[in-house]
Amino acid sequence: MQNENIKPARKKIPRNKISEQQPASRIKNFSEVELGFSDQQALLESQRCLMCKNPKCTLGCPVEIDIKGFISLIKDKKFHEALEKIREKNTMPGICGRVCPQEDQCEKECILGIKDDPVAIGKLERFLADYGIKNSKQNNSEETALHNNNSGTGKKIKAAVIGAGPAGLTCSGELAKMGYDVTLFEALHKAGGVLVYGIPEFRLPKSIVDGEVEYVKSLGVEIKLNSIVGKTYTIDELLDNGYTSVFIATGAGLPYFLGIPGENLNGVYSANEYLTRVNLMKGYLFPHWDTPVKRTSVVSVIGGGNVALDSARTAKRLGAEKVYLIYRRSEVEMPGRIEEIKHAKEEGIEMVFLTNPVEIKGENGWVKKITCIKMQLGDPDESGRRRPVTIPGSEHDIDTGIVVIAIGQGPNPVLMQTSPDISLNKWGNIIADDICKTNKKGVFAGGDIVTGAATVILAMGAGKVAARAMDDYMKTGVW
Amino acid sequence: MKENKILEKSVLCSDTVSLIIYSPVIAAKARAGQFVIVRASEEGERIPLTIAESYPSSGTINLAILKRGKTTNLLCSLNKGDYITDIAGPLGKPSEIEKFGTVCIIGGGVGIAPTVPIIKAMKEAGNFVISIMGARNCSGLIFEDSIKKYSNQYHVCTDDGSTGYKGFVSGFLTQYLNENPDKKPDRIVAIGPVLMMKAVCDVTSPFGIKTIVSLNPIMVDGTGMCGSCRVEVGGKTMFGCVDGPEFDGHLVDFGLLNSRLNIYCNEEKVSYDKYMEKHECKMKI
Ligand SMILES: Cc1cc2nc3c(=O)[nH]c(=O)nc-3n(C[C@H](O)[C@H](O)[C@H](O)COP(=O)(O)OP(=O)(O)OC[C@H]3O[C@@H](n4cnc5c(N)ncnc54)[C@H](O)[C@@H]3O)c2cc1C
Ligand SMILES: Cc1cc2nc3c(=O)[nH]c(=O)nc-3n(C[C@H](O)[C@H](O)[C@H](O)COP(=O)(O)OP(=O)(O)OC[C@H]3O[C@@H](n4cnc5c(N)ncnc54)[C@H](O)[C@@H]3O)c2cc1C
Ligand code: SF4
Ligand code: SF4
Ligand code: FES
Repeated sequence: MQNENIKPARKKIPRNKISEQQPASRIKNFSEVELGFSDQQALLESQRCLMCKNPKCTLGCPVEIDIKGFISLIKDKKFHEALEKIREKNTMPGICGRVCPQEDQCEKECILGIKDDPVAIGKLERFLADYGIKNSKQNNSEETALHNNNSGTGKKIKAAVIGAGPAGLTCSGELAKMGYDVTLFEALHKAGGVLVYGIPEFRLPKSIVDGEVEYVKSLGVEIKLNSIVGKTYTIDELLDNGYTSVFIATGAGLPYFLGIPGENLNGVYSANEYLTRVNLMKGYLFPHWDTPVKRTSVVSVIGGGNVALDSARTAKRLGAEKVYLIYRRSEVEMPGRIEEIKHAKEEGIEMVFLTNPVEIKGENGWVKKITCIKMQLGDPDESGRRRPVTIPGSEHDIDTGIVVIAIGQGPNPVLMQTSPDISLNKWGNIIADDICKTNKKGVFAGGDIVTGAATVILAMGAGKVAARAMDDYMKTGVW
Repeated sequence: MKENKILEKSVLCSDTVSLIIYSPVIAAKARAGQFVIVRASEEGERIPLTIAESYPSSGTINLAILKRGKTTNLLCSLNKGDYITDIAGPLGKPSEIEKFGTVCIIGGGVGIAPTVPIIKAMKEAGNFVISIMGARNCSGLIFEDSIKKYSNQYHVCTDDGSTGYKGFVSGFLTQYLNENPDKKPDRIVAIGPVLMMKAVCDVTSPFGIKTIVSLNPIMVDGTGMCGSCRVEVGGKTMFGCVDGPEFDGHLVDFGLLNSRLNIYCNEEKVSYDKYMEKHECKMKI
């Protein structure tokens, strides 16, 4: 144990609880569940930080935010400065504070966490971001002092970014700050990627995402919506039409299905479809918004990650009385954020562990039941988690209305069909090195399209790394 | 000029409207068989519409829209000078165009519109093109001039017999194939209502003529991201928007397609009634 922890006895402050909407009322609306820290709570929480000489927390953060630094500024009530400290490393604190799996990252390493609950780093980050929005002193002043990357003719060098998720938005913002003329191409009619079509309003208000998109625009990035690269344009066309470099950040947008009988019955959704209908298309406001989504009194969601939890909690808010979350492993293996699991339980989601669907049965074309088989945990697999194996003869039926399949997403092949010269791995993800370079000159890639479905902060980190590498390439022309 | 502006509107027949829209990037890229995803308002649904014609030189595309529910009615109520909120595309795989020899192209109802670019491309590829178009009555026979211009033979069928063959296109096709055993088409392309496409496939299957159909499953993104457009072809699940919309009709599970097209019947009615109510109120004021 480090000796910096041997300090005069401190009054022990318990981890501050964030105030939340109560489960009984929040399952009837789509407003944010967590209400955020008050100034007082944030101050109190900041006092819990040990101000470690060797702060491990920062090592746990993929973008290495100076956590101790910003917490100490909170202690001094210098909220704006604290926010600036975060923004040095992370331009989207309002999003990361809300959705990062802190328990596996910064808070996992927090030294206070060895004996006590770790400092609520994510909640403090979110507090500062919200404070920044409420007291918006637009901090663009420094950003306007841009580097002058022009091609000698006074015209700026052009860069293209494909996909307006966290990776693409971050990369665009960074490149614009460096003085490049950036065009961001987005397939959908709204920018934000998973942040707008996947993660629900009750976990990440869309106004926060819109704010980040506006900020990126304010840096001079041109966002071209409804532009599907691979269809509307090809990468080669972009390179031939004045874009010196391209960053591919198209995410993991291909829904996987189980491949079991009955999966095409009416009422079986991919989580992508279900969440897109509800979030992007605002199906929860139907018929004021036009896009419908099915509401049934029993909903079964297959999977155990954030996507499954989001789908299950969405179903509850759409009025389902019973929502089952059917997962083939046990609770400890669930990849979802701990907080989401807790919230889901509070909201009455029924977790059905060690159970796997083998068939979906229907009547007149509509889902009626899922036949499941029980599983037990065997030896650990490549992921280190114990592999679920079926228990023969344990088949049983679960009555259900709709079924939402949330077992993972892969890379969408639309873009790559027109760029066969970019190397992919066996799952179809783009192969890129640690500075996001692909095998094709001038083309970089990062985020979920490279790593497979991962996290928001990793995607943002990749966007940043790519921007630096693209800057080098565009300045020197050296590949 | 700003993109997505409606430059011309014409009423093709009682319930079908054609909109010529300024959309230069799509116009330059569109190939026969492709579609766009359109949103008609900020709160609107994303719906697919086939690109009936595209003119790269003027940067325009032509969409032929049949009034069905809320979105298509809203689109048909727009006028010259109005803008369409969002248009994305061109999506889907282009039609397979080759010199097959004799190609028979069958269109039904609003499905006639998407046959136009295919007829043109097939003709330009050197095929002998037989067009068979079907509608409820003579006023439904849209795009006649364009179709005649590029077809070697042009046949029409109407349900009421007001012009041409009285009956369905499948009936005419059976008669044609039986009467012209030596002029068996090398390929058939059929686009129209699900029942029509199925009926055509049932006719052509015993003759062993490869028959391509264009499927119209319910879509959301149109880019392979959601799986709403799942169809079964040859026992395999495919995504209509990226693997299609054209498939080998003899392998398509039409029953499933039909069933999936009815998922939102109730909701569509709610949406439509609400739209009409508002519309009528406005007209009263
Ligand atoms: C429901 C759900 C919940 C999640 N919850 C969390 C969470 O709590 N915490 C967390 O850290 N992570 C979470 N994740 C994962 C996280 O959202 C992703 O890892 C992250 O968004 C990846 O960012 P990205 O920029 O690589 O791609 P995306 O966010 O997927 O964005 C890609 C963008 O590219 C666009 N695009 C795709 N193809 C094309 C093309 N050909 N042309 C133009 N544009 C294109 C897409 O429309 C999209 O807007 C969740 C994911 C989902 C689906
Ligand atoms: C690839 C493709 C090309 C098409 N091309 C044309 C065309 O050129 N002209 C034309 O008039 N129609 C075309 N359609 C059909 C058109 O998309 C539907 O008529 C339209 O979506 C109906 O919307 P609505 O709100 O007016 O009616 P609704 O009341 O919502 O629906 C009426 C019926 O249309 C179908 N439908 C509903 N929503 C969708 C959706 N999002 N996607 C697909 N189908 C849906 C359903 O079967 C529904 O029962 C095409 C469909 C596909 C898949
Ligand atoms: S960005 Fe995420 S991992 Fe880093 S400090 Fe913030 S919440 Fe923790
Ligand atoms: S957040 Fe945790 S690890 Fe970081 S400085 Fe404070 S107590 Fe130490
Ligand atoms: S419409 Fe979403 S995958 Fe085809």
